[in-house]
Amino acid sequence: MHKYANPTRFMKIANTVMPWTTAIAVICFVIGLPVALYTSPPDYQQGDTVRIMYIHVPAAWLALMAYMVTAGGSAVFLIWRHTIAHVIARASAPVGAVFCALCLFTGMLWGKPMWGTPWVWDARLTSMLILLFLYLGYIALGDAFDDQERGDKAQAVLALVGSVNVPIIHFSVEWWNTLHQPSIVTMQGLTINAQMALPLLLMVGAFQCFYISVVVIRLRAELLSAKIRVARQNLAASGVPVAAE
Amino acid sequence: MSAFTAVLRRDLTLAFRQGTDTVTVVAFFAIVAVLFAFGVGPEPNVQARIAAGVVWTTALLAVLLSLDRLFSQDFDDGALDQLIVGTDALIVVCAKTLAHWLATAVPLLIMAPLVAMALQIPASGIAPLMLSLLLGTPTLSLLGAVGAALVLGARRGGVLLGVLLLPLYIPILIFGTAAVDAGLLDVATATPLKILGGFLLLALALCPWAAAAGLKHALE
Repeated sequence: MHKYANPTRFMKIANTVMPWTTAIAVICFVIGLPVALYTSPPDYQQGDTVRIMYIHVPAAWLALMAYMVTAGGSAVFLIWRHTIAHVIARASAPVGAVFCALCLFTGMLWGKPMWGTPWVWDARLTSMLILLFLYLGYIALGDAFDDQERGDKAQAVLALVGSVNVPIIHFSVEWWNTLHQPSIVTMQGLTINAQMALPLLLMVGAFQCFYISVVVIRLRAELLSAKIRVARQNLAASGVPVAAE
Repeated sequence: MSAFTAVLRRDLTLAFRQGTDTVTVVAFFAIVAVLFAFGVGPEPNVQARIAAGVVWTTALLAVLLSLDRLFSQDFDDGALDQLIVGTDALIVVCAKTLAHWLATAVPLLIMAPLVAMALQIPASGIAPLMLSLLLGTPTLSLLGAVGAALVLGARRGGVLLGVLLLPLYIPILIFGTAAVDAGLLDVATATPLKILGGFLLLALALCPWAAAAGLKHALE
């Protein structure tokens, strides 16, 4: 694993993976979206509103997965001090935050006709909202320090503290008797019809591959801006006047 | 252990000699509760219904308000460096957190029944309220220590502290008020109290280490 702590080597792999994930994401979206939104059967109770699920569920999974990547990257950064792990954690957080917000928003759109209210204070919804706040706190903390290194470490510790929330979100529908539906994918297999499972899996694939591509783009930008920062510092140290950023 | 008692005694002495800090926090607690009383109007039924939530929310905000003093004063004047050099960061964190709880949360605990009664809480709600605060406030201090250590040296640390900590405080608020509601409805209060106890044990096991790591990084 430590072999890939070298940013150059890591980015080589990331850059090879990225065209493939982008292609898979495009293919899955092109096939999955029409199937999910037009040709898949409406639910016998929910009618066409069930189609919101094809966006909502992949977004929810991605929001959780992105946080696990952030927490995992932070743990690796704190334990082995691999900077690339922290850069991955940082790159993953805003993407996760956006999908978390998307999940909450689509859930509200669905809740209005189905539950009669866009929002209830049940365990799943509340813990997902806390996840969004954790993301925002994580992002805010990283930008609050003049010393970047100090911000990195504070962020990593916060990500680990917040990871307590992840199992709570995942098991909330089992631990508490909530209004939210139980999971579709369980150890025993899928609990929905195959005609609905196919578009759902396509959309999950599309979202996941899209996430990987976006994170790689953010990684590139982050590493480049670090390079520029170092170059400017070196330039400033050599006494050449530098224009303000 | 002697280092622990020395830091604890130092912090408590400082807290009580500069008594205004403690008084300010308690006064803030009482005033915000009064704001709620005026905000919802004098209707006793409405006040009784929201009393537990108001006491818990205000206590939480009062603790949050007092947190930036936990490490930041000692960080600014360099005393924190000396303390960490002399002993382990973990011991400093534990002692300072305990001192913070004794100097901030205990006065709040004394004020809480008065504030709750002023908000017309029925007598059956007082005992669960006090028990839930007793079990919940140490968790607030422990989580607060992590937040306070992480924002050391940050710009606008106080505001940031709220953004970081309030999401983590939400579960404690939920089960704290759930205990009081259970008491008012005359059903078993044991379950939410046990969950609060569980939170406290979890926080005791994890927070000192996270806060110590944060302190070390801040002083690097």
